[in-house]
Amino acid sequence: MAENKSLKLGFDVAGGDFERAGEASAKIKKMLKMIGVPADIVRRIAIGTYEAEMNVIIHAGGGNVAAEAFTDATVITVSDKGPGIPDIEKALQEGYSTAPDHVRQMGFGAGMGLPNMVKCSDEFDIKSVVGEGTTITMRFEHISEDL
Amino acid sequence: MNLRDVQKLLDATILTGGELLDRTVETCCGSDLMSDVLAFTKRNTLLCTGLTNLQVVRTADMTDLCAIVVVRGKIPSEEVLEAAAENCLPILSTESTLFDTCGILYKAGIRGCLKKECSYGRK
Ligand SMILES: Nc1ncnc2c1ncn2[C@@H]1O[C@H](COP(=O)(O)OP(=O)(O)OP(=O)(O)O)[C@@H](O)[C@H]1O
Ligand SMILES: [Mg+2]
Repeated sequence: MAENKSLKLGFDVAGGDFERAGEASAKIKKMLKMIGVPADIVRRIAIGTYEAEMNVIIHAGGGNVAAEAFTDATVITVSDKGPGIPDIEKALQEGYSTAPDHVRQMGFGAGMGLPNMVKCSDEFDIKSVVGEGTTITMRFEHISEDL
Repeated sequence: MNLRDVQKLLDATILTGGELLDRTVETCCGSDLMSDVLAFTKRNTLLCTGLTNLQVVRTADMTDLCAIVVVRGKIPSEEVLEAAAENCLPILSTESTLFDTCGILYKAGIRGCLKKECSYGRK
């Protein structure tokens, strides 16, 4: 890849579609692996993206999952036109969840997703307006910690 | 320890990924909560779980798990096994409960992921 050139990949994901939930993240993961991003970084990107993708499917009735890979970093943007988050501070706390029972039965809804995105990414930003939607942006530097 | 050792210890049936049993098992996680698997595992972790849905395979793919052990003799659907095969993810099935499965593996020397090993990134 040449300097300041980037590879982009974006997917619309449908709300409540648990059959295909995670496909966007899986494709982004494959792409990043292919272009040679270090495995430990790819793993963090995949986890952060998957958490955000699941949230859009579970809480927002669908949205968009996009990746832009530069030479030195990858930026993930996950956006939706869902209900928005009334109290972002609260939503960012471990254990806070409004996930319904059928989602918990699938193994989700522990209120760990947003804290995990913060933890996995090098930069995390969330913008949410009630009644308008939510946009999450995560930046991951391509500097491996694996020696 | 590798997956072949795990299979013997648990007297497990290999449902898919029989060609990948040389894979090393570094650590183990016993959970039905995918939220926790996403937050508290590291690469090459073996997941023991009672869940058999597609999300388990997706979660395993995202977190680079080395294999899944399904407990209490459960068998995932054909669709789930196919997805696992596509992702080169071995799935084993044991008659033991989740508690016993973890106990057997712990006794054989496998340990869980340390919290500090799971703190990703530079934070
Ligand atoms: N895109 C979104 N739109 C609307 N609400 C959201 C969105 N993402 C998160 N939330 C709200 O924030 C809460 C916390 O999200 P978080 O991802 O941390 O936990 P969870 O999705 O409920 O459970 P887990 O991620 O552990 O499966 C959610 O329960 C939901 O109320
Ligand atoms: Mg979540």
